[in-house]
Amino acid sequence: MSPSPGPRRPGLDASVPLFAALGDGTRLRLVSRLGRDGPMSITRLTAGGEVTRQAVTKHLHVLAHAGLVRSRRRGRESLWELEPRRLEAARRYLDAISKQWDVALGRLKAAVEGEDCGGRPT
Amino acid sequence: MTDGNTDRIEKKIVLRAPRAKVWKALADAPQFGSWFGVDLKGASFAPGARVRGKVTHPGYEHLTWDVVVERMEPERLLSWRWHPYAVDPKMDYSKEPTTLVVFELKEVPEGTLLTVVESGFDQIPLARRAEAWRMNDQGWTAQMKNIERHVA
Repeated sequence: MSPSPGPRRPGLDASVPLFAALGDGTRLRLVSRLGRDGPMSITRLTAGGEVTRQAVTKHLHVLAHAGLVRSRRRGRESLWELEPRRLEAARRYLDAISKQWDVALGRLKAAVEGEDCGGRPT
Repeated sequence: MTDGNTDRIEKKIVLRAPRAKVWKALADAPQFGSWFGVDLKGASFAPGARVRGKVTHPGYEHLTWDVVVERMEPERLLSWRWHPYAVDPKMDYSKEPTTLVVFELKEVPEGTLLTVVESGFDQIPLARRAEAWRMNDQGWTAQMKNIERHVA
């Protein structure tokens, strides 16, 4: 799946690592867990799951590198939490589709409100 | 998560036209194609039917519009499933989840209220969303140029 390269856009290119970081089931679950339950330690994130502490740590670092999560120390442990601002980029996809619908519905409006309902061959 | 819904898009538009006319523009495949931008000459919509046609938007003629109709309730509801922004012809989207598009009509004093809901985006892999968004952004830029030319 190689997209045809268009003109480079710094704003768009900057979001690629973000989506790459989210494009993994385990990491996506970690993000959703932190979003739902708030900041927590690796011990709590690992508890009850089938992913090892070591793997969770690795995934958290990938997410941190993409700017999605951050850690801060509390006593002897690190607490991991979401960096919510970055997730907004994921919403832009929806915004783009939403705009496409606006354009399509604008054309429908023109078609049904005009005298001649275009494209009626019969 | 903190804000909003990433799974669905909802659009409402009031059309100053009778419901029967709006229904025809939706449910009659060739008419639908004429405003949506797909060549659907000779095609027809029916529940369960797979309908395909060539995209007619300039620059996108190499793409095929491909949906499976779910429900049709005359003058009230039309729905189908498709692969949102399946814009890479080299890519096989058939194994990926689809989104559901529902058109609903309601009579209002000014004419007809059309509600469009597209849902199921949360099932679409994020990597695909990133790519679609990027490709779509270029498409959107082209659309804006079309509009500018139109209104100039």
